[in-house]
Amino acid sequence: MDYSSSNLFVQMGEWLSDPVNWSGSRGIPMRVLEHLGYVGLTMLIACAIAIPLGLFVGHTGRGRVLIVSGIGILRALPTLGMVFLFALLFYRGVLPSVWALVLLAVPPVLSGVYAGISSVNRTVVDAARSMGLTEWQILFRVEVPNGLQVMIGGVRAGILQVVATATVVAYAKADGLGVFLVEGTQINDNGRLFGGAVIIAVLAIAVDGLMALIQKFAISPGLRATQPPAGPLKESGRQEAVASAQGGTT
Amino acid sequence: MDWVQGIVEYIPANAALLRELTGNHLVQSILPIVFGVLIAVPLAQIARLNRPAGAAMLTASSLLYTIPSLAMFVFLPLVLGTSILSMVNVVVALTIYAVALLMRSTVDALNSIDDGVRQAAVAMGYTPLRRFLTVDLPLSVPVLIAGVRVISVTNISMVSVGALIGVPSLGRLFTDGLTRNYPEQIAVGILVTLLLALVLDLLLVLLERVLTPWTRATPARTARAAALEARTVAA
Repeated sequence: MDYSSSNLFVQMGEWLSDPVNWSGSRGIPMRVLEHLGYVGLTMLIACAIAIPLGLFVGHTGRGRVLIVSGIGILRALPTLGMVFLFALLFYRGVLPSVWALVLLAVPPVLSGVYAGISSVNRTVVDAARSMGLTEWQILFRVEVPNGLQVMIGGVRAGILQVVATATVVAYAKADGLGVFLVEGTQINDNGRLFGGAVIIAVLAIAVDGLMALIQKFAISPGLRATQPPAGPLKESGRQEAVASAQGGTT
Repeated sequence: MDWVQGIVEYIPANAALLRELTGNHLVQSILPIVFGVLIAVPLAQIARLNRPAGAAMLTASSLLYTIPSLAMFVFLPLVLGTSILSMVNVVVALTIYAVALLMRSTVDALNSIDDGVRQAAVAMGYTPLRRFLTVDLPLSVPVLIAGVRVISVTNISMVSVGALIGVPSLGRLFTDGLTRNYPEQIAVGILVTLLLALVLDLLLVLLERVLTPWTRATPARTARAAALEARTVAA
């Protein structure tokens, strides 16, 4: 692409505003959809694994040490290496990349669900038990509603990491928003490189903002009435836990 | 088990390369932790003393935290005027993430300190600076280290992403392995990365023990400090 200036910001602006880049199967909207497709599939699988596991460990307290150390090891796995290794060992398709991303998404979701359930005041759980609720009722009527915000915080952290990291899939299979970075580097098109980076950043911020909104409204009605008024810094313990349940980004 | 043999043979045959890349990798993972702590602790104290400024800083840092690392690595050369291949970009990007994460947990940690302890220090004639350095800061070490452990593990994994734009690190083994269709090389890279993460984590645990001798003398810590620490670890 020809740019009118050698200034990188101008080139970025021109690339972003060129209608050619906004249409067709290699255009920005299509790449965003591909990217979100990877994120959606990854989160679906990760949640299917991590949520039941987190509920079980959080409720029974069994296997706590096992999942904490498992989470630690999974966190240390370099996702870039896993995506490339799976691409070579299996095939350069959608599924190997998704599985590598699942390994990235499981730790934050699992620790969020686990932390959410165990953050519920034990006296509340004991009160429910003494009122004759079954263990399933305690889990889904007491622990889940009380821990929901922290749990969603975990899912939010997972989504943020996957949105960020799905970029590297483009280096194994030309899919998603990372493609603009790969192409931009290969053909030395700086407008495309920086424009692509902007779109990735904007998408990440938008998705995280949406999740923040969902998280905000995920308070059980029974709890909303008793929420203490929260100042900007002096927040309730619940919100502190929510904030710190959001792990790293990539 | 051909591939196991491939991995075992790869290491001595490429020892020099591995040493160099591991060195680069460590520099890019550890410097952001050091800078992160040095920046986040004063910022956290400022945030506590000035609530509106603190709220603004926390919002700004969580927004920066949302920006994916690859986008950040691509952008920083533009802002800093560095070469795109420079390790400085990775160090700055990871420092930004470290500050964002540490500031929040440090504010929590400083807030969790028993007010009676602070008042005792004031009554003994400590200046505010001395009180901060010798009372507040040591007491928040456990929470601080918990945050640093999270950062160290994620940093070590994230540094490899820099290899995509040509910054040397163990990630080079991944990009190179992909182009050469050499899974053993990628596997070695993953194993060395895991090892680095483990060693650094153990060192941090050790550091915490050295910095908090009183936790061993009196095992009873405040429940709130323990709970805060647990939450940060869960993150």
